[in-house]
Amino acid sequence: MPAEKKKSGQSAMVFTRGFLRENPLLALLLGACPALAVTTSAINGLGMGLAATFVLLCSNLVISLLRKAIPDKVRIPAYITIIASFVTILKFLLQAYLPELDKALGIFIPLITVNCIILGRAEAFAGKNPPLLAVIDGLGMGLGFTGALFLIGVFREVLGNGSIFGLKIPGLAALGLKPMTLFILPPGGFIVFGILIAISQQLINKIYANEPYTAEKAPRIQMSKVDSGYAGMERQEAERRDRIRGPEAVSGESRQQSSAEAKSKVEKAATEASLKAQPSAVSKEAAEVDQAKQESEEGANA
Amino acid sequence: MKSLLMILFSVILVDNLVLSKFLGICSFLGLTKNLKNSMGMSLAVTFVMLVATAVTYPIYYYLLAEFGLGYLDNLVFILVIASTVQVIEAIMHKTMPALYNALGIYLPLITTNCAILGVMFLNIDQELSFAQAMFNGLGAGLGYMLAMFLFAGVRERLEDANPPEFLKGLPLALISAGIVSLSFMGFKGIVENLFA
Repeated sequence: MPAEKKKSGQSAMVFTRGFLRENPLLALLLGACPALAVTTSAINGLGMGLAATFVLLCSNLVISLLRKAIPDKVRIPAYITIIASFVTILKFLLQAYLPELDKALGIFIPLITVNCIILGRAEAFAGKNPPLLAVIDGLGMGLGFTGALFLIGVFREVLGNGSIFGLKIPGLAALGLKPMTLFILPPGGFIVFGILIAISQQLINKIYANEPYTAEKAPRIQMSKVDSGYAGMERQEAERRDRIRGPEAVSGESRQQSSAEAKSKVEKAATEASLKAQPSAVSKEAAEVDQAKQESEEGANA
Repeated sequence: MKSLLMILFSVILVDNLVLSKFLGICSFLGLTKNLKNSMGMSLAVTFVMLVATAVTYPIYYYLLAEFGLGYLDNLVFILVIASTVQVIEAIMHKTMPALYNALGIYLPLITTNCAILGVMFLNIDQELSFAQAMFNGLGAGLGYMLAMFLFAGVRERLEDANPPEFLKGLPLALISAGIVSLSFMGFKGIVENLFA
């Protein structure tokens, strides 16, 4: 059955793209706050990743089920409320069964509510796809995020503490090697994260050298629309203001500036969707954003 | 007063919101390419931080904690922040159109800035008094501003640098952020001695 084959191919693509190419942390730079704050050890990184995956999975499922019931205009507050409820449930579960992890992760558990990954997936995918696909997407993205956090945690723990999973690595002292405490301190977080992004960018460029990213390949997913949250909203805002002020008041310079800013924001692809984001003006904008994204990718590859 | 000043300075320098607590990293990396935008964002964040502290603090202690509803803090705080941002936006639009236009899109984006929600939780977690919480909010906002200001300067210089190919762009920015963060670690212990 070709139709079935296509369908399973699509689910596989939806599942795996979060691992490297659209890795929420390393490629899209979403959810950077917990990635830096709690990854002082491998186990904390793993715990944080799984906690976020749990919320992502549940919120993706519920949002996908309610996608026809939620009016478009209030969708962002509705999404935030759904996400916050699941975060509260998660907090209770952790306090009851894993109190140590709960303590280690601290305020970053409630802060999952404002993690851009979760709202980003809700807006970009779960809000317009059937439940099964939304769950697969949540699982793939969540695992990609978990893997990235785990890697950062491993690097920082090995370098900064000379241990892995809390167990001292034998033979380090015999070789006269001392752990570099810097790496479990805040500066080490930034540095390890930066190096991992550099490595993953190289990998993405190598592996996908022959298939440049195009949104047309995944027509139902429409990543470009929301993953460039900042850019899209800046443009919308500019357009709105232009309308208010009247076209004659708009200088060409300010337009150029805003498009340059938009382009620079695209590579970051922050999905901090705003309460104001409106569903209209999207198709034109999506096309423009795609173009900007490709340009910025070319810039990165060059 | 001394304890309030201590809170203010230690939040700005030692426990800097961005560089040592890792809150608001998204906007820190996203908006420091340009000094003007980063200052506008910091001003808006500081302002929302103060208003949100003033609103959430009484709500938590006199409504939620009073009736044993503390577990709703997450849900209530995010809704308070979202509506605060909306109200501030509407007021600014009417009374201060110049500032409103200068802040532009960064105003609504503050809702999802984890710095604000994070500080609300820190206020509750550290069991601060109302005055202390307000100073904590002010210091957090000013610390955010300081970090944005310094890093925007660093990034402008990076534009002229010629780094190895694979570090260009974000990796280099993050490594520089690490070095800026390292310099802030030099403030450890300074606040206690400042007011001793």
